[in-house]
Amino acid sequence: MLTIPCPWCGERDVHEFRSGGEAHLKRESRTDNLSDAEWADFLFLRANPKGEHAERWYHVHGCRRWFNAVRNTHTDTILAVYKPGEAKSEVSQ
Amino acid sequence: MRRYSILALARNALGYHEGWERAWRAPEPKPEYDAIIVGGGGHGLATAYYLAKEHGITNVAVLEKGWLGGGNTGRNTTIVRSNYLWDESAALYEHSLKIWEGLSQELNYNVMFSQRGVMNLAHNLHDLRELKRRAHANRLNGIDCDFLSREQVGEYCPLINLSPDIRHPVLGATLQRRGGVARHDAVAWGFARAADARGVDIIQNCEVTGILREGGRVTGVETSRGTIRAKKIGLVTAGHSSVLAGMAGIRLPVESHPLQALVSEPVKPILDTVVMSNTVHAYVSQSDKGEMVIGAGIDPYVSYSQRGGFNVVQDTLHAIVEMFPMFSRLRMLRQWGGIVDTCPDASPILSKTPIEGLYINCGWGTGGFKATPGSGHVFAHTIARDEPHPLNAPFSLERFTTGRLVDEHGAAAVAH
Repeated sequence: MLTIPCPWCGERDVHEFRSGGEAHLKRESRTDNLSDAEWADFLFLRANPKGEHAERWYHVHGCRRWFNAVRNTHTDTILAVYKPGEAKSEVSQ
Repeated sequence: MRRYSILALARNALGYHEGWERAWRAPEPKPEYDAIIVGGGGHGLATAYYLAKEHGITNVAVLEKGWLGGGNTGRNTTIVRSNYLWDESAALYEHSLKIWEGLSQELNYNVMFSQRGVMNLAHNLHDLRELKRRAHANRLNGIDCDFLSREQVGEYCPLINLSPDIRHPVLGATLQRRGGVARHDAVAWGFARAADARGVDIIQNCEVTGILREGGRVTGVETSRGTIRAKKIGLVTAGHSSVLAGMAGIRLPVESHPLQALVSEPVKPILDTVVMSNTVHAYVSQSDKGEMVIGAGIDPYVSYSQRGGFNVVQDTLHAIVEMFPMFSRLRMLRQWGGIVDTCPDASPILSKTPIEGLYINCGWGTGGFKATPGSGHVFAHTIARDEPHPLNAPFSLERFTTGRLVDEHGAAAVAH
């Protein structure tokens, strides 16, 4: 993975980006309602798959905007990129 | 097992070295074992060795999907130290360092443990405070640690660029003189040979594809070489821990990242210690062959590629060349990546799991090699007694729910 296609700017060198970790995590608005286990789940448990992974990227040295990507973590191939608010793209293997 | 000795060497020299026996057998898997260790790296092999030696459990199989030590055991930069901040970690890593000091004799295998000292550099005021705090904490725990001023760093390691005008000037360092390096392949081979001699079956090219369970307890594993049953199973698979735990329906608080390293062409001996810097994410030592062994920071995204991005190598070499300007003329020979399983608190997980008979040893992140013998020792205890050793009790899976984290982000050389 030498370049990443930013959905705002097009294909750019990987050096311009910062990884933002797993995408589509939802924070419970009333965290005081959560049990310790549920709170630990939100804080510490991440998908970490060997295969397709939906993740956030930040084009920090470019347009400075966030976006989402689906990447195969075994081959580091980026399968799709999409803007925040858009649904996770349907990506075939 | 025929012991290695000067006499054995002489005897075999007379026979043109054709009489050496295999270091370990290559057995077919039996249908059932008392315990199975998944993962034939240093930690897994050490676990099997101590199961046999300390607990008399010799009907054990180590299942390795590739070849012994072909994962992170053969991919790390071989640094051994125990200068961690908190009491829990200091005790665990120091336990390991003490075993390292007698390991070659114990295994009858030269692991080339060389206590040449490990220096951690400070580049700013925060580093200075953090390293001084850690040096004091180490001393309170009975672990040797000296604090060196900038001038003392220059005396101890004249190669380092002490100019105040560089981007990250060197302001001081901690030095653990008992730290050093070891030959990583020899650690895997030594433990494999010693475990095999006590009856452990080491089975290579055997990939675990499923974990069998009945009524909340494990009963065996599905592998590429058939079903193998056991009532106790230890998972020691580093970067693939999430994948293996997932087979048993367990989610782990670890993320897998590539950690890269590279070596230069060999040169005459010029660097007789280990130099590490957290701030610029670079560490270097010189191997006995003369190569500079250089470690980088982790690639920031989740990946199983065992390769990593070129930009990380570039950043690391920028830092190395600033610290050691004369290295700018070295050519690099090889570069590789290992997949490390990082924990949110930069401390490992050595724990029972919600499934009876299933144990997990993972989360060592970027610094597991140094812990190889100690980790195997306490994990074998955990498996044999079905309860943690006092040294690994704080490193349970439950700590992420209870909040009793062991935060070692400062002592881990690489940011997690």
